Amino acid sequence: MLMDFILILVLLTHLRLLASSRLGACIRITALQGILLSLLPLLTTEHAWSARVLGLALGSALLKGVLFPKLLFRTLREAEVSREVEPYVGYGTSLMFGVLAVGASFWIARHLPLPAPLASQFLAPVAMSGMWCGLFLIIARKRAVNQVLGFIVLENGIFTFGAGVMGELSLLIEMGVLLDVFVAVFLMGIMVFHISREFDHMDTDRLSNLKD
Amino acid sequence: MLASLILLPAISGLAAFFLRHPLVRRGLWVTAAAGHAALVALCWIQKPEPVLDGWVALDAAGLLFLSLASALFLAATLYGVAYLSRAHAPAASSETTEEDWLSPAPESVFVGCQLLFLAAMTLVTVSHHFGLLWVAIEATTLASAPLIYYHRDRRSLEATWKYLLICSVGIALALLGTFFLGVASASVRQGQPVALVLSNLVQLAPQLQPQWLKAAFILLLVGYGAKMGLAPLHTWLPDAHSEAPSMVSALLSGALLNCAFLGILRMHSVCQAAGMADFGGQLLTVFGLLSLGVAAVFILGQRDFKRLLAYSSVEHMGLLALGVGIGGVAAFASMLHAVYHSLAKAGLFLVAGLLLEAYRTKDIHQVRGVLRGMPVVGCLWVAGFLAITGAPPFGPFFSEWTLLKGAVDQGRFGVVVIVLVTLAIAFIGMATAFLGMSQGPSNDSNPAPTPPPRWKWMVAPPMVLLGLTLMLGLYLPAPLKALLMGAARTLEGQ
Repeated sequence: MLMDFILILVLLTHLRLLASSRLGACIRITALQGILLSLLPLLTTEHAWSARVLGLALGSALLKGVLFPKLLFRTLREAEVSREVEPYVGYGTSLMFGVLAVGASFWIARHLPLPAPLASQFLAPVAMSGMWCGLFLIIARKRAVNQVLGFIVLENGIFTFGAGVMGELSLLIEMGVLLDVFVAVFLMGIMVFHISREFDHMDTDRLSNLKD
Repeated sequence: MLASLILLPAISGLAAFFLRHPLVRRGLWVTAAAGHAALVALCWIQKPEPVLDGWVALDAAGLLFLSLASALFLAATLYGVAYLSRAHAPAASSETTEEDWLSPAPESVFVGCQLLFLAAMTLVTVSHHFGLLWVAIEATTLASAPLIYYHRDRRSLEATWKYLLICSVGIALALLGTFFLGVASASVRQGQPVALVLSNLVQLAPQLQPQWLKAAFILLLVGYGAKMGLAPLHTWLPDAHSEAPSMVSALLSGALLNCAFLGILRMHSVCQAAGMADFGGQLLTVFGLLSLGVAAVFILGQRDFKRLLAYSSVEHMGLLALGVGIGGVAAFASMLHAVYHSLAKAGLFLVAGLLLEAYRTKDIHQVRGVLRGMPVVGCLWVAGFLAITGAPPFGPFFSEWTLLKGAVDQGRFGVVVIVLVTLAIAFIGMATAFLGMSQGPSNDSNPAPTPPPRWKWMVAPPMVLLGLTLMLGLYLPAPLKALLMGAARTLEGQ
């Protein structure tokens, strides 16, 4: 029950991200989504309060809920550019896409031949809509920060699906994935900072020196 | 043994971040590279035991790509030490002074990331668990991104951003594919996923759920294919290869692309064992042919010689995928071609670095008279051209020949025609560029090159690499041949 509630909230964060016009709001919503998702392992596994599960949940909550937003806000502050999202695709259309993606995700999830029933009926569709939403944000927004957020949302979606269907992944893999995502976002944050310092903007559509 | 292979470069890489004195740091760099090569050589003599329940093990394909990565890293290190220790010569032309040679990244970051990059590539070659493989391949992206950003100018910044974003998103899809593989395995033991260890999956392959397995294969092919530079997801490759320092380009092209290829091979062998060889083979063939076509088009009329080499890498990655897709003799040819391509392309990138230092431009039309101005470098440049375009008696000729023979044996004449046409187009494009650069006088509009100081040190590694391409083409030592056979056999899912 609690799990369904959390997953619905996550679904709403996807739609909110698509409709949001301020970068700061986007960063906060992604952080919220990260914290919500890090609660899931506590609810899905049987021995939820073992040190291992608690540690992972706490680790990913700190990473996605505290560290990433801090890093991205610092980049925004130092870059001193306008805080608009600057979409290629308008907010209304984006939201429309989001609704369609959610619908499609629910339809596909019902027809997935899963070998065993999942902990919640919302798990697969929410994870899938996260992937669509993440990919959409990467493609349809100009700001480099938005693309980093899109990457985080995509990774969140994939990992939700993985943790849902695989049950307990092994500790080594989970730590490895978390570490990789952390370093990736860290490096992307640094790159965004350098882009805004070098070019006085962070619009990826104006990164067009290299072409054939 | 396996642990020390990974820990040696990893620990020395971390240490390099904190070492103050440049000489000590470079000493550590060379020592770690040589130590790693020595450990790999030991692996040839005695096969190391698997560790961590078979998660980390070394099979023929792994040893092949590990040896390539280690050898190229050693060559790039020796070149790189000379590159870093050269006095920063004042830039000749005004075009490059502005931003190109401004303030390179701190050397500690550069050396540290190089060693971590080697550690990550080593982990890729010894990972037999698909999750660990994913972690390792993503780690290679992360460790190499700061290397591409070495020059700290706008162009390298743009290249690094594209590299980081396209590869990370691509590899994220591969993670989804890995999870799909887990779902496919869950049908074996009533909903309980089995450990995603290669030997385990190959053994259980006939019982895996076929639809999920197919979906997993497609996602892993697209994800790791983006990293390997298969069209249409190759767009990061020419940018990253042209903007990175030349020894980094050599490693990216010669070692990193192979690592991503190994990721696809691992999944392909599971598919083979599951009796879906045709499904996987067809997809690999299509991606391979597409890469060949795209590369041929962009090689023709290319103005930047490092981009030219990068597109040539796309072409050869297409050949590798194609060979595995056709299977049989062609799969063996593909392994052989991976060896030749790595050696020749790494050598060419190192020579390209020397040309870039001497002429201070990457424009093909502004580089003239290399043979007259710098005879040794010019000879290597022409030799490299002959090697990479598959002219006999260099190695790539024989591997491409074997590959085509494999395709003919299976009656795939359409594939043979497409390969021959694209190879011919690429040959014409590269001949125009390479021969124009090597010949011609140096006059006022084309000033004579100024060889960088210590260029003799920098010319030795590519000379050895191109020499090996020639030698291994004429004579394939028995242990190497056995290893290649073994690698091709593991592909068959045995």
